[in-house]
Amino acid sequence: MDDFIAARAQMAMSLGFHIIFACVGMVMPFLMAFSHWKYLKTGNEIYKGLTKAWSKGVAILFATGAVSGTMLSFELGLLWPEFMKHAGPIFGMPFSLEGTAFFIEAIALGFFLYGWNKFNKWFHWFCGLLVGISGLASGVLVVAANSWMNSPSGFDFIDGQYLNIDPIQAMLNDAWFPQALHMTVAAFCATGFAVAGVHAYLIIKKKNVEFHTKAFRIAVAFALIGAFGAPLSGDIAAKSVAERQPIKLAAMEAHFETEKGAPFVLGGIPNEETGEVKYALKIPKLLSFLATNDFNAEVKGLHDFPRDEWPPVAVVHYAFQIMIFFGMVMMAIGGVYLIAFFFKKEWLTKHWFLKTFVVAIPFGYIALEAGWTVTEVGRQPWIIYGIMRTADAVTPMPGIQYSFYFFTAVFVSLSLIIIFLLKRQIQMVPKLYDPTDPNYQTKSKKS
Amino acid sequence: MIYIVIGFLWLSICLYLVLGGADFGAGIVELFTTKKERKFTKKIMYESIAPIWEANHMWLIIAIVILFVGFPVIYSFASTYLHIPLVLMLVGIIARGTAFTFRHYDAVDDNWQVVYTQIFYYSSLLTPFFFGMIGASAISGSLNPDANNFLDLYVLDWFNLFGIAVGFFTVSICAYLASIYSLRETYEANNLRLMIRKSKQSTVFVVITGLIVFIAAYYSKIPLLERIFGGWIGIVAVSVATIFLPMIYYFIKQRKLIIVRVLAAGQIILILVAATYQLYPDIILLQNGNHLSLLTDSAPEKTISFLAWALMLGSIFILPFLFYLMYSFGRRNARGSE
Repeated sequence: MDDFIAARAQMAMSLGFHIIFACVGMVMPFLMAFSHWKYLKTGNEIYKGLTKAWSKGVAILFATGAVSGTMLSFELGLLWPEFMKHAGPIFGMPFSLEGTAFFIEAIALGFFLYGWNKFNKWFHWFCGLLVGISGLASGVLVVAANSWMNSPSGFDFIDGQYLNIDPIQAMLNDAWFPQALHMTVAAFCATGFAVAGVHAYLIIKKKNVEFHTKAFRIAVAFALIGAFGAPLSGDIAAKSVAERQPIKLAAMEAHFETEKGAPFVLGGIPNEETGEVKYALKIPKLLSFLATNDFNAEVKGLHDFPRDEWPPVAVVHYAFQIMIFFGMVMMAIGGVYLIAFFFKKEWLTKHWFLKTFVVAIPFGYIALEAGWTVTEVGRQPWIIYGIMRTADAVTPMPGIQYSFYFFTAVFVSLSLIIIFLLKRQIQMVPKLYDPTDPNYQTKSKKS
Repeated sequence: MIYIVIGFLWLSICLYLVLGGADFGAGIVELFTTKKERKFTKKIMYESIAPIWEANHMWLIIAIVILFVGFPVIYSFASTYLHIPLVLMLVGIIARGTAFTFRHYDAVDDNWQVVYTQIFYYSSLLTPFFFGMIGASAISGSLNPDANNFLDLYVLDWFNLFGIAVGFFTVSICAYLASIYSLRETYEANNLRLMIRKSKQSTVFVVITGLIVFIAAYYSKIPLLERIFGGWIGIVAVSVATIFLPMIYYFIKQRKLIIVRVLAAGQIILILVAATYQLYPDIILLQNGNHLSLLTDSAPEKTISFLAWALMLGSIFILPFLFYLMYSFGRRNARGSE
């Protein structure tokens, strides 16, 4: 394997792994705090058990997210030293603020996990909420660094020199708001659906039905924010891409020729050599409308750009299609839930209804990873859009492929262990977390 | 402003060493405990680190962020030529962080505990070892960017006698800190005697490995003695650290265990000061006589000043909250909770 490809693969894998835990860390604490709040208001012990059960999940996933995040902060230099040498002082501002947010998150989590019956109950509750708030802040700040790579600002690039650096202006780059909004909403969508699906499965299995129904309801509420927010924020993001990175938009849509009233290409197999898309469904004028709000506006095609500045068209196009597909499906499921909630209460307990959510467990994460692929692969061949090529940033050290194989093994085994651990947490719900279960142990050996 | 940033960098490295280091030490002490005593050692170690361990490791992230924002040239240089030990240290951090959490949060208590525990032990041992090696190669002038073969460029600059010696020294420092800190979490008289014995053993290890570092430095022609004792700061630092040692054992007798903790952490910081003060502001020395300096190889003024403000603002939020966390989960307070 080529060192450059290996470095890209390793970075992609590390980010793809981290993003899952980062998103859980951004959203799960809110679910937990919500359930905790219900407990404090109603005194219903089930909510307390649920809060604790979720907090164990948060602890496991937070620890994984923290180490994979630590790893990334090193990997930026290990794999892309030339990039960091120039970009560090420019886009580092959000990272230094994120350090604070992340630190607060860790401290608040310590208070929350070990603070039951030790502090004022509202202080304790607030610490749980603070985990979520600071987690969300971390996520938004990290996206600021990424959006800078898509929309570099805050410096003048003169004769290969990075001059007049302004870290604040760099942080407030044009892509930040649309990217951060879409990312946050997607995190709610992915985590909400995954959690709701797991609890729906357990309801179907008739295990601790009241416990899991309460959990399911809370999780779906958060999933809905994501399911309906994702298309809206996605529209804002797409318009921003159309303005800043027209070549990325062209690749997302496998749009080769510049034209007015451009169609929206659904599916299909793009061929970079011939500039054709086979077997695609084309919706007339929709791309022009989505990109500019005008059905007849001109959308630039890939052929308007130099060939050596094209991102890998097929990968970006497929990823974009996958994201849209799963996004639409989740919105539809959200719609069905709303219908059931307001008009057809009897659906809520039906098997087909719950099974839909079980099937949808991975959908949010698939869409999330696909969307991430669109952003990152769509930026290629640039690491700083229009300024520095990814190939020029890579480390001179040979043999990166071995590091890639090695970390692949690490990440795969970590993922397996985490799935295994979460499964065991769920198995123990009757004993450890559901006070209405006959097997519930008031004094458990392990707390 | 640059001095504020350097101050924070120094502070976060020190805190990582004395807080994060003790966490690694906990695993090391457990590893070198006989089977019979392991169970309660584990319990004591767990009680002393659990609520704050995530926070302890944030210091490393703060240090890294300061490096890549404020000193990007130094950061990219180190991550290029010390790629391999950094990767090995990272693997240790990942393995240890996850294994520690998994062994506590696995809802079922069965043989899987053995797996987590073994991973926890060996990663606790390896991480500080490579951390020490990285530090050693930065200050020993063994980095050789002019070389033209893989071994000289990427391996022999850190894999050498001095590096290995400092690696072992770092490991024993971690064990020392962990065993001294844990005294405060030990309640029963018998157990306390045992932990005091462990503290004594680890003190001996620190002294022995420290001597080995000097011998290794001598053979590798690194002027370590001159660097430490060549100026009054070094002489004072070493003397104070030495005086702290009998004081620590006096206060252990008196059961003034908070003072003991502070003194032990102080010793480690003094050792770090003694070993590096003459190099300042240089942070990486090269074989060709060049060096990377915190003052000249820093980011542009504007970045440095924003970074300094971010760090100061951050510490207003972080430090009181962190101290309250440490205070709340201090001795006996932790009892009766979950």
